[in-house]
Amino acid sequence: MSVILKTEKLRVEYASRESRSGTKVALNGLDLEVRAGEVFGYLGPNGAGKTTTMNVLLGFVHATGGEARLFGVDVREPIARQRIGYLPELTYYYKFLTAEELLRFYARIFGIPRGEADRRIDSLLKLVELEHARSRPIKTYSKGMQQRVGLAQALINNPDLLILDEPTSGLDPLGRMKVREIIQRLKSEGKTVFFSSHELGEAESVCDRVAIICQGELKAVGKVSDLVAQYQCDLEKLFLKLIGYQPQGVS
Amino acid sequence: MNNVLAISGIVIKELYRRKDFYVLFVLTALITLLLGSVSFFNDAKIARYLKEVCLLLIWISSLVIAISTTARQIPAERENRTIFPLLAKPVTRGQFIMGKFLGCWLACGVALVVFYLFFGVVSESRGRGDSSAAGLSATAAATDASSKTDEHDHAAAGSEHHNEHETPETTGQRSVVLNYVQALWLHWMMLGVVTAMVLLGSVVLSAPSVSITISFIGIIGILLLGEHLNKVALRQPQPLQAIIYTGYFLIPHLEWFDIRDRVIYDQPAIAFGDCGLATLYAIVYTGLFLFLTWFVFRRKTLTL
Repeated sequence: MSVILKTEKLRVEYASRESRSGTKVALNGLDLEVRAGEVFGYLGPNGAGKTTTMNVLLGFVHATGGEARLFGVDVREPIARQRIGYLPELTYYYKFLTAEELLRFYARIFGIPRGEADRRIDSLLKLVELEHARSRPIKTYSKGMQQRVGLAQALINNPDLLILDEPTSGLDPLGRMKVREIIQRLKSEGKTVFFSSHELGEAESVCDRVAIICQGELKAVGKVSDLVAQYQCDLEKLFLKLIGYQPQGVS
Repeated sequence: MNNVLAISGIVIKELYRRKDFYVLFVLTALITLLLGSVSFFNDAKIARYLKEVCLLLIWISSLVIAISTTARQIPAERENRTIFPLLAKPVTRGQFIMGKFLGCWLACGVALVVFYLFFGVVSESRGRGDSSAAGLSATAAATDASSKTDEHDHAAAGSEHHNEHETPETTGQRSVVLNYVQALWLHWMMLGVVTAMVLLGSVVLSAPSVSITISFIGIIGILLLGEHLNKVALRQPQPLQAIIYTGYFLIPHLEWFDIRDRVIYDQPAIAFGDCGLATLYAIVYTGLFLFLTWFVFRRKTLTL
């Protein structure tokens, strides 16, 4: 399988007043590979560097060192984002637009012809079960509905790689189930999904491979079954062990 | 270009769906309509005074619309985080800046057209009594001005030529219309410079309120004091004189685009060449400010 997402010795530093050196290292020499057609879970505690990695991949933050490539193209080139779909953790969309208008706007950005855009908008709104609310402004949607609009916009260009930042965060069990179903469906269509999460059960159920990151450094990467066999414990214990959690003794 | 147009379309859509835009719009239109419709005993001077007040209101409103709309574009995108899904698409930061600029500038243009249309209809319908005399004087002046322009200008302003079917009154009316069109065009060009300037301010000062306040002070300062800076410089000792002189030559002279007096006093339209030069001046400054905005924004870290 070809590698479609690759980072090599990726390093990101931020200016920080808290640190004595004046900088804080968010990512430290990150080497990562995601292959075509797999669902890749990117796990880590809060502040581990998951979102920073995504920020670099999407061109929001420029790496201090190393490099990141999507489909072999440097992430700083806008064309690298032509074949990806991105779903942020929270819904950040123009709330004065309707779902249909939002999707049409993004379709235009990708240069999708009008007829084709109409067809895709219909099928995506059907996929995320928002056909009935397509003409309502997004500001009137519930959180779950907004998250589903987000998923639809991430799919408007029929991407080969989907980058999802904690896609089930804040959703009720039904919403989580629906998102998982959509991820499974995308996988069956041959799409690559790269998603960050700290929901271990979710990762275990949908991922082909996972990577665990802590304090900007990669701690482990591989198939869940291989990692569990290697460390001889379940994923939760493995996760806690790798992030250096020491359980307090109970007297 | 497609991305720029798509982003500008969203800016315009947001504007016409926001209520505060309409408040200012209706207020100005109402005051323009009321003042413009008042006629005190057909006194020409009073009618001119009312025209002056109406045009001043249009200028203030257009500046409020341009500055308040532009200043919050990029900060609001960052604050609401709508910038992230957008820049995660194949959109360059340059296209993003251009889209924002174009959207704001086109929206200002639409507002200006409506304002001037209102003003034109009201002042022409009410000021007809005094305009016939003024129209005749304008005709004479227009004829004089047209005789001085070069052949190219004659071709462009072919409509200004008299023919055997035209009366001096219709030529005068044509000159008045031309004055309105030129005033609108130059006003819009000036708003292009203002929009680009405010956009630069909004990427440097990320808080919209700070950006709006500083932009207002700066632009009103340029409009009121810009043309006097060289005279002020003359009275200053060195090196202050050199500094003020440098400022005089660096700032965009927005007051050059203000031809309200020509509209108010029915003076002849300005030469097309001069109008073109002013347009070129606006394009250069707009381009410069947009380049600086892109330069500041291109490497800016955006964090979720």
